[in-house]
Amino acid sequence: MIPQVATRSSEWVDNRLGLGKWVRKALDKIFPDHWSFMFGEIALYSFIVVVATGVYLTLFFVPSLKHMIYHGSYVPLQGQRVSEAYDSTINISFDVRFGMVMRQMHHWSADVFIAAIVLHMCRIFFTGAFRRPRELNWLVGVTLLALSIVNGYIGYSLPDDLISGTGVRIAFSIIESIPVVGSYFAFFFFGGNFPGDAYDFRFFIVHVLIVPGIIIGLLVAHLAILWHQKHTQFKGHGATEDNVVGSPVWPAYALKSTGFFFMTCGVLAALSGLAQINPIWLYGPYDPYKVTYAVQPDWYMGWLDGAMRIFPSWEPVFFNHMIPSVFFPTILLPGLTFGLFWAWPFVENHFTKEASRDHNLLDRPRDRPVRTTIGAGVLAFYVMLFTASATDVLANFFGVSLNLVLWAMRIMTVVVPLVVAGATYIICYETNSLPNVGKRKRASVIVRSADGGYESLETRYRPGDEPRELEPEELPGVYVHSKDELVGSVQRAAGDGGGSAGGGSAGGGDGSDSRPTGALSTEGTSVEGLGHEGPRPEGGASI
Amino acid sequence: MGPQTGSVPPGEGGELAAATDPHFALITRHERRMEIMVALSFWLSIAAMVTLAVVYSLGGQPQLEGAMLGVGLGALGVGVTAWGKYLVPQGPFKQERDHLPSAPEVRQAFAESFKRADTVVGRRTVLVKLLGAAMTVFGAFLIFPLRSLGPQPKKSLDGTDWRPGARLVRADGRVVNTADLEVGGLLIVFPEGFAGSAVSQTDLIHVATDDITTQPGRQTWGPQGFLAFSRVCTHAGCPVSLYEEETQLLLCPCHQSLFNILDGAKPIFGPAPRPLPQLPLRIDDNGVIRAQAGYDEPIGPGFWERGNGPA
Repeated sequence: MIPQVATRSSEWVDNRLGLGKWVRKALDKIFPDHWSFMFGEIALYSFIVVVATGVYLTLFFVPSLKHMIYHGSYVPLQGQRVSEAYDSTINISFDVRFGMVMRQMHHWSADVFIAAIVLHMCRIFFTGAFRRPRELNWLVGVTLLALSIVNGYIGYSLPDDLISGTGVRIAFSIIESIPVVGSYFAFFFFGGNFPGDAYDFRFFIVHVLIVPGIIIGLLVAHLAILWHQKHTQFKGHGATEDNVVGSPVWPAYALKSTGFFFMTCGVLAALSGLAQINPIWLYGPYDPYKVTYAVQPDWYMGWLDGAMRIFPSWEPVFFNHMIPSVFFPTILLPGLTFGLFWAWPFVENHFTKEASRDHNLLDRPRDRPVRTTIGAGVLAFYVMLFTASATDVLANFFGVSLNLVLWAMRIMTVVVPLVVAGATYIICYETNSLPNVGKRKRASVIVRSADGGYESLETRYRPGDEPRELEPEELPGVYVHSKDELVGSVQRAAGDGGGSAGGGSAGGGDGSDSRPTGALSTEGTSVEGLGHEGPRPEGGASI
Repeated sequence: MGPQTGSVPPGEGGELAAATDPHFALITRHERRMEIMVALSFWLSIAAMVTLAVVYSLGGQPQLEGAMLGVGLGALGVGVTAWGKYLVPQGPFKQERDHLPSAPEVRQAFAESFKRADTVVGRRTVLVKLLGAAMTVFGAFLIFPLRSLGPQPKKSLDGTDWRPGARLVRADGRVVNTADLEVGGLLIVFPEGFAGSAVSQTDLIHVATDDITTQPGRQTWGPQGFLAFSRVCTHAGCPVSLYEEETQLLLCPCHQSLFNILDGAKPIFGPAPRPLPQLPLRIDDNGVIRAQAGYDEPIGPGFWERGNGPA
């Protein structure tokens, strides 16, 4: 079936690199399926789009604040004094063919990228996927989120338009507000007092080289750790702590995932052509003394902007030194936020002591009411901060006074998270206490043994309630190599050890069956699969 | 490799799996129909991409380009995904997980290998310490080049370009005199020679004299109802630009701080912690507005060295 050329060239490569045994293992790898696992994929794929479109934009963008007169094809701006950064961004939009789509696709994918990261992180959090052995990958992931937000912000600051310029002015004030070193940091980074002459090309190199370099490095680590540790999975369908149930990488998972990549690209492309984003030609070029109404940042900066708006006008001064008011919402709050995120797996383990063994089965959020409650409350807090970044727009929209909106947001930012947390706890508690809801009850058979013990027996399903899922099977031929047996052995069909581990669970009804200790001990024997990979490097049956 | 007919399992394991094994059954019952769907998706993708090429060649049009690229990639994605989901067996298949920790003997071996250095390197303690010292000094030096990035702030945050007697000019450099601004108007002004300056930008407002609550020590600062306040917000540095004549308030559009012009530009609402600094004005014999002096406190947002105000 495989063309001769492909066979020969893969032999050529394998003779030199010995990749066969690794690739074979990769092709046979099983990935579990669940819709919520796709947020991470969306993040990865939009990141690829961000990088690809971003590279294209660097071929045209000029990161310079030198001023010039605009002479491009966008009539309303002709003859105006603009910076080269602004001029080149306008040119990408109107005078570079396909440039508008590329620019908007870059912006859209960045926004989607960070949104997907946040959803992915929620999924990881609420299902407990950060527990041992995946704490390290959680740390990497949280770091990726922080870096992505920073890079997104720096990126949309580059065009030097009126809105992003105002944002840069605020960023200067934020850096300046750091106690002791703030003014030095700000002056060094901007090359002097605001606006300085250096920030645009410094932002540029940070945006296109330094942060993306770190992001790519961490992303590779993130995926490598995921690959090495194997994906988590939900209970049911024969999934246990010691196996992975799903479809193999080759070809089912590879096809589905590749298709999903193109679908993500397609949505981003359609958005970038049909939904306008960051129309800097409408905002105009930045001048330090100009500003516009409804200055809102990109969505992922909204929580910080909102925090700045609702934080009280408090500015402590002591011993003739000042902690500026913006320090609290824009340096301290994000510091605490990401500190909490980074620390969470260890904080939780401090109370639950779950790190004594690996957790490969995911929690249903309702089964962990306390964690889910904390998560929902914290999430509500940031949603309220995000909403607060639109106080002016809300006041306009509802036709009420700014004063009312501000105080409403200040109160709601405290109250709503508590309400959400309480409601979440009740919902978790109620759903948690109703196992097999919607199913008819099965008879309870309790047997008394000869020595007086009582035991509850599994009983049959009611007609029509039987689980319909297939018991998972091992891939044909997978273990033939690792167990040093010759190809063609039909012994696989007997379904020896593995069959009993999964099969005993009464057909994968979710929930009640967990058999950690017994399963763990059988896993000890499967270690051999790792170590014995080496001695049998030969290419398999084909030779 | 391609599983053309669903009942034949893919790959070399094909002959091992019974043709009736439900794990190799497709989840669609209409295999032929699905094949046609996938084929149509691919054709749609090709058509959209060709259209995109044509649009591009004819000069480009952003909406069409985005739509065609979206359809082209989206249809390709739908086709490939449908192929992977409906025309390839889904199992479920399972795989044992590897035990992650190294075996105890492997750890032991690792520790022994690592300890090799104890005897070979570690016994030369003086050298080890010196090496550490050299590395530390090198690491400390790495901070030095950062100093080249910009000037030290020193006192530059405390002052602006306003000097005693400086004439007020607009952004285009024209000098401002009393006739230029009626009661109820606002002008953005700069010290002469510094038009457009980010730190010296100032709001000049003309109000009716009777309304002003005169601040102690500022009796002469607002001649004929001309008041000048720093335009840099004391909260986060945005230009305080929206002037509401009816209420005599200045609004910062970034975070909605409100300043009362008639009462020394004190913040009455929002996050701004301090009043906007006021620029003392005088009017010379030609009716030209001049600064009596510079601002008497640092303008704009706070910083560590600022302390409580006047330096």
